[in-house]
Amino acid sequence: MSETKKFKLTCIICPLGCTIEVVMEGDKIISVTGCTCPRGEEYAVQEVTEPKRVVMSVVKVKGGMFPTVSVKTDKPVPKKLIPEIMKKLVDVEVEAPVHVGQVIIENILNTGANIVATRPA
Amino acid sequence: MQNEYDVVVIGGGPAGLAAAIKSKELGLKVLLIENREFIGGIPIQCVHPGFGLHYFREDLTGTEFIYRLIKKFEEMNIDHYTNAHVLEILPYSYRHRILKVVTEKGILNIKAKAVIYATGARERHMFEIGITGHRVAGIYTAGEAQTMMDIYGIMPGKEIVIVGSGDVGLIMARRFTLEGAHVKAVIELMPYPGGLTRNVVQCLEDFGIPLYLSHAVTRIEGRKRVEKVIITKVDENLKPIPGTEEELECDTVVLAVGLVPYLKVIEKAGVIIDPATKGPVVNSYLETTVPGIFVAGNALVINDLVDYVVEQGEEAAVGAYEFVKNEGLPAMKWKKLVKGRNIRLVVPHYVSEAKDVMIYARVAKPEENVRLRFPEIGKEMKLPFVKPSEMIRIKLRKKDIAKAGDKITMEVVPNE
Repeated sequence: MSETKKFKLTCIICPLGCTIEVVMEGDKIISVTGCTCPRGEEYAVQEVTEPKRVVMSVVKVKGGMFPTVSVKTDKPVPKKLIPEIMKKLVDVEVEAPVHVGQVIIENILNTGANIVATRPA
Repeated sequence: MQNEYDVVVIGGGPAGLAAAIKSKELGLKVLLIENREFIGGIPIQCVHPGFGLHYFREDLTGTEFIYRLIKKFEEMNIDHYTNAHVLEILPYSYRHRILKVVTEKGILNIKAKAVIYATGARERHMFEIGITGHRVAGIYTAGEAQTMMDIYGIMPGKEIVIVGSGDVGLIMARRFTLEGAHVKAVIELMPYPGGLTRNVVQCLEDFGIPLYLSHAVTRIEGRKRVEKVIITKVDENLKPIPGTEEELECDTVVLAVGLVPYLKVIEKAGVIIDPATKGPVVNSYLETTVPGIFVAGNALVINDLVDYVVEQGEEAAVGAYEFVKNEGLPAMKWKKLVKGRNIRLVVPHYVSEAKDVMIYARVAKPEENVRLRFPEIGKEMKLPFVKPSEMIRIKLRKKDIAKAGDKITMEVVPNE
């Protein structure tokens, strides 16, 4: 028998902020309680197995209107990779023109997510 | 560019862009005036997501959101000045006013039938929240720090204390941390966080940033640069408790302690200000008490969402259109929106049955399991919770407004 673990989470899907309790036995999820919608349940399961977030930053740009162009991951990436992704972005420099949605780095750290521009330059 | 317009929009942020686009769509001759070097306003520096869920039905970053509006604005070829500043709005006739504008081409006198004032808000500073001490380098408002970091790519500091746990403070805590700074603490005066729970989780808890509730920064110390802040516990009346002082070493203090509608120019023009919103008193066309001057966005009331700001910009454009078309808004019976139980503020202040009206309100204190009621028109609804940090936005239908006499009360009552 593996150990039973309880996780208490606050849902971040919508402004309601439900308190969700997840009970796990080893790697198996036994119950998810407290959420008021299916998206909340999905979030809770994701959060206890592999939490993910969208990451945002700015990277240097040459010849643009501003010295930087803002970027984000085009889908949520594993939370534990965030510091490494941020380090990768430090040395990135792109050249203007850049358009919104332009891929700056493809498939960053094999996450399947691209770093895309969110501001033109 | 000629110097005569149907409507002049002051401010090129989301409210102003939306107002200008809508005015042009309605066939008005429109000019937009922006005082920064570029249009777009504050969302240009908001690189985080959470924008546009209502308006575009997509989760966009502030930058993505505003560039959709900018693109539309540019495609419509609307006259505009950047790097321009409106000094004053002078009455000319009931139907016209004159704007004195400083531009790169000199001072211009621009004649306008209607004015839409969309200048946004200013940030509250340390002196308004009782922080004393040395005026040294390293003290920034959240907006200043954000401009440095996310437009110009300059880190404001390394060891950071953030004052205020509204969504702005929380989001800045995450941005600093992501960029490699160490956020030592977020200090909140109230016994509860000011921002959304989801932001407490994804901006503070994700990174293990401590949140000090019921605490105030009472003093900033340093020689040339900030060296430390003194934080103090506060009692239930929010007064510092002597003997509870603690020192936090840091090199940067970021103030995220709220916004105030920025009204300098229209205050001089004589608009009446509501002490609750700190914005102008308006009717349902978002016209101020000075006929022909309309207001939208954070200059009207501090909004939670850019979506509401855009909506108000469009509404003010409809108001300006009616004003221009009819040479003044037609006379109508105005009914006062009265603040009842647990309502701290509500806009607009006066409504009429001429059209459906979107109203925006905030409660005074958090409550659970309540009903929102408008007794005079028999409208009510259940709400699981209300909080001061979350604006209530609700549409009043003209057929309902018609049922009321000279006032409509809005109140939040416990659900029995």
